[in-house]
Amino acid sequence: MSPDLAVAIVVAIVGVSTPILLAALGELVVEKAGVLNLGVEGMMLMGAVIGFAMAASTGNPWLGVLAAAVAAALGALIFGFLTLSLSANQVATGLALTIFGTGFSALAGKAFLGKTIPVFGAVFPPELAQHPFGRVFFGYSPIVYFSLFMVVAVWWFLTRTRAGLILRAVGENDASAHSIGYSVVGVRYGAVAFGGAMAGVAGAYFSMVGTPMWAENLTAGRGWIALALVVFAAWRPYRLLAGAYLFGAVMTLELHAKAAGGWFSVVPPEAWAALPYLATIFVLVAISMRRSGSTSAPACLGKPFLPTA
Amino acid sequence: MQFRLERRAEPSRLMLYAAPVAAVLLTMVLGAVIFSLMGYNGVGAVIEIFTRPITNPLKWQDLGIKAAPLIIIGVGLAIAYRANVWNIGAEGQYVAGAMAGTAVALLTMGMEGPWILPAMIVAGVLGGMLWGAIPALLKTQLDVNEILTSLMLNYAIIQLLGYLLRGPWRDPMGFSFPQTPLFTASQSLPYLWRGTIMHWGVPIALVVALLAWFVMSRSVFGFQVKVVGSAPNAARYGGFSAKRTIWLALLVSGGLAGLAGILEAAGPFRQLVPGFNTGYGFTAIIVAFLGRLNPLGAIAAGLVLAITYVGGEIAQTTIGLPSAATGIFQALMLFLLLAGDIFVRYRLKAVAPRPAGEAA
Amino acid sequence: MTMLPRRTILKGGIALAAMPALSGIALGQEKLKVGFAYLAVPGDYGWTYAHDQGANDLIKALGDKIEVTKVENVGESGPNVERVLRELAQQGNKLIFATTFGHMEAAVKVSAEFPDVIFEHCTGFKTAPNLGTYNARFYEGRAVIGTIAGHMSKAGVGGYLASFPIPEVVMGIDAFCLAARKVNPNFTLKVIWLNTWFDPAKEADAARALLDQGVDVITQHTDSPAPVQVCEERGAICFGQASDMASFGPNACLTSIVDNWGPHYIRATQAVLDGTWVSAQPWEGLKEGVVLVTPYNAKVPAEVAAAADAVKQGQIDGSLHIFTGPIKDKDGNEMVAAGQTPDDGFLLGLQTYVEGVQA
Repeated sequence: MSPDLAVAIVVAIVGVSTPILLAALGELVVEKAGVLNLGVEGMMLMGAVIGFAMAASTGNPWLGVLAAAVAAALGALIFGFLTLSLSANQVATGLALTIFGTGFSALAGKAFLGKTIPVFGAVFPPELAQHPFGRVFFGYSPIVYFSLFMVVAVWWFLTRTRAGLILRAVGENDASAHSIGYSVVGVRYGAVAFGGAMAGVAGAYFSMVGTPMWAENLTAGRGWIALALVVFAAWRPYRLLAGAYLFGAVMTLELHAKAAGGWFSVVPPEAWAALPYLATIFVLVAISMRRSGSTSAPACLGKPFLPTA
Repeated sequence: MQFRLERRAEPSRLMLYAAPVAAVLLTMVLGAVIFSLMGYNGVGAVIEIFTRPITNPLKWQDLGIKAAPLIIIGVGLAIAYRANVWNIGAEGQYVAGAMAGTAVALLTMGMEGPWILPAMIVAGVLGGMLWGAIPALLKTQLDVNEILTSLMLNYAIIQLLGYLLRGPWRDPMGFSFPQTPLFTASQSLPYLWRGTIMHWGVPIALVVALLAWFVMSRSVFGFQVKVVGSAPNAARYGGFSAKRTIWLALLVSGGLAGLAGILEAAGPFRQLVPGFNTGYGFTAIIVAFLGRLNPLGAIAAGLVLAITYVGGEIAQTTIGLPSAATGIFQALMLFLLLAGDIFVRYRLKAVAPRPAGEAA
Repeated sequence: MTMLPRRTILKGGIALAAMPALSGIALGQEKLKVGFAYLAVPGDYGWTYAHDQGANDLIKALGDKIEVTKVENVGESGPNVERVLRELAQQGNKLIFATTFGHMEAAVKVSAEFPDVIFEHCTGFKTAPNLGTYNARFYEGRAVIGTIAGHMSKAGVGGYLASFPIPEVVMGIDAFCLAARKVNPNFTLKVIWLNTWFDPAKEADAARALLDQGVDVITQHTDSPAPVQVCEERGAICFGQASDMASFGPNACLTSIVDNWGPHYIRATQAVLDGTWVSAQPWEGLKEGVVLVTPYNAKVPAEVAAAADAVKQGQIDGSLHIFTGPIKDKDGNEMVAAGQTPDDGFLLGLQTYVEGVQA
């Protein structure tokens, strides 16, 4: 394999992995707080359409990304209000949010069908990305660097800050956290909004970087892969990074193998498509067989918090 | 005058049944407002979606065949959710059932006989149960969260379906289109009456719901499910096995989803195609909730959802409402229902502003 | 969610016994209601967009005599399709177009229920006295763009984004490769099967993978304009599919093959209005204007444009058929003997790749 091709493959993997990583990072924080939001796909679509709309109308991609984050966070807050303030069932509310986001994005995007915007591309001067190895480091959209920064930031927040400790406590044992005097609902609101904003940026990556256009159902189910990834990574930010790039590598290499021909392309494409989900189930099984506390699901995941006092 | 929420000592039965009705009514009002604001004919949209399917007798059959699979799956999910088992893998179990039944159909292609269709249906139920057994096994043996496993299994089996249709199950006479051959007459669900489109899936759905209601409200099994679901500690004292309940919940909900799958494959489809799964397994989750996790409620809820689908199509043909509107209406309805549920457990209490000086 | 296979036909152009066309339409008194059932939404900028453009052409041409109803997102198959077709019939539509292959069984069933309503099904092969089919010879357009690709590919390696391995798609791959190899006998074609008609991100990623593997010209048989955008970004060349995709790649998109259903929709509707409609299976192409090749990009040199035009003209006047032998399959065996031109049945069941295809 020539160095150029190797670099190209790495760059492609980064492109495929970034949106999944972003959405999954958001959902990781949400789940660490004990909330399961199945609305990732819907929030990504909301972010994708609003990000595109804003970038197309203002010409400013940064505003686009910001709008995507805000729009999806607002969507997440619908979920938050129902599940946190009104203790509604999280599974049902999350699915409703996905249905809503899909419908909303289709309606809101009607005016933007068939339009294009410039790719929200490389942020560094092109000279830096000219050498193949320069390209590996300097050839990406700002959103890519943001996603990597957020991996560190989320890890630092969860493990090194007091706020992160509280958030994990809320996810592990909401009753105790409540009795010590922390606002369980308040913390979860913050987490849910953060998760929405991240899903929104992930959606914007599709409509502004990957394929700078809007089309209905643009994200085509990637939100569910992000949900799988959180579990696959056993709720740890660094494993999430590795997992996202692993998933991305499988998806990218599959295409390259088909283009190159050869043994890899003998495996049915459906097997590759099912792999993230099956791998996630295996990871879940492995986690529970080992039973080391820090890698298992947050204890309160998906359960409504009903303060008795 | 101010209001505050006060927890009820007992969940309100009135609110339990009023909430879904209120949610549907509020959806109509809010939907009309939202779509009017967006520049569509909002009132017209509500009339077309919610009343046309009911007032036009030509649409009743459509409602029936659209509602049937939703009701069957919704009943199973209602039972599982009552047991506090969160099966969101009905979509995959639906596909598994259809695939298992289709496997029988493909094996019996050259045969005839009244036993073939029942064999397909039994296979369908078993297929759904098998796919539901995986999360049950993982949950009971390894305490793996069933929400996550059942969700992941949906996507895995849809890929398996795609592979089979593209490869081994492809109709040899179908010019390499990835789809199975059409089922023969012995393999297809007959119509109730000649000249209608109403097939046997519709009465089966009603029977399933009635049976489930009877079992849930009148049998030890139903009692056990409810106790394990609502008061696991009490259930343990009562000698009810939580593990057995998990197994039963997933086998019943999986089996019913599988039944819906094979009825749909042998009924309206008469073959398997790559787009066979159209999200019934997910929509049925709305049905279960809208129906108050009650099998009889699932009948009403299944019909309401069917109305939104059928009505959404009518609104497209009559007033040009975009297809995405249907999803917005469904999401709105579920949001409002889930929000309204707060009044089941809490009451809104008017409190007079406290006169100054009065002790708290 | 997977989208399904569609678009194909079996036997070309067999008109069933002409039957007295519909007595039910009172001419001049009431507008003829015409219904369309769409697979997806016009916003796909591909298959459904092309049908919607055709419907709009129909409205432009005959708008004072007809009333058009469109239903989006009908899906590929199953009870939904049936219900929508029935709904359209019940709403008084007397001519209904079912616009994708998967609508076939539903069209057969519903047309039997409404003998006084005329149905036309795109790319299918089952007919009835009130159910006809229509299809387009997309492969003729592929021969034109293959000619351009053969001239303009410096690497001599092309990339093809394919959906499902059905005859219609295989036909397009073969036609493209045959045309390119007439220009450059060493031309090879890498095919990626995506198992989807529409997934912009996946289509874009596949286009990138092909470019990274040394391909310098790309064409697609999937519906989204995403690959065109990728080629624009990467400075490669490509061709639009189903609709004019030039706006997505002003430099990259050399031309587009347009599914131009308008002429057929106008002809069929006019025939119904005149009471002369009969169930038939037209399979039309460049000659009838059902397949169009958009004006070439300024980047196409004059001599390449002339060569492409010659291929186009030859297919219009019948002097050229891209599948005329000798043709070898990809393993070097004879597929079509020298001087032979296979019949439509051969094409409509095509499942073998020609020499130079790597799939």
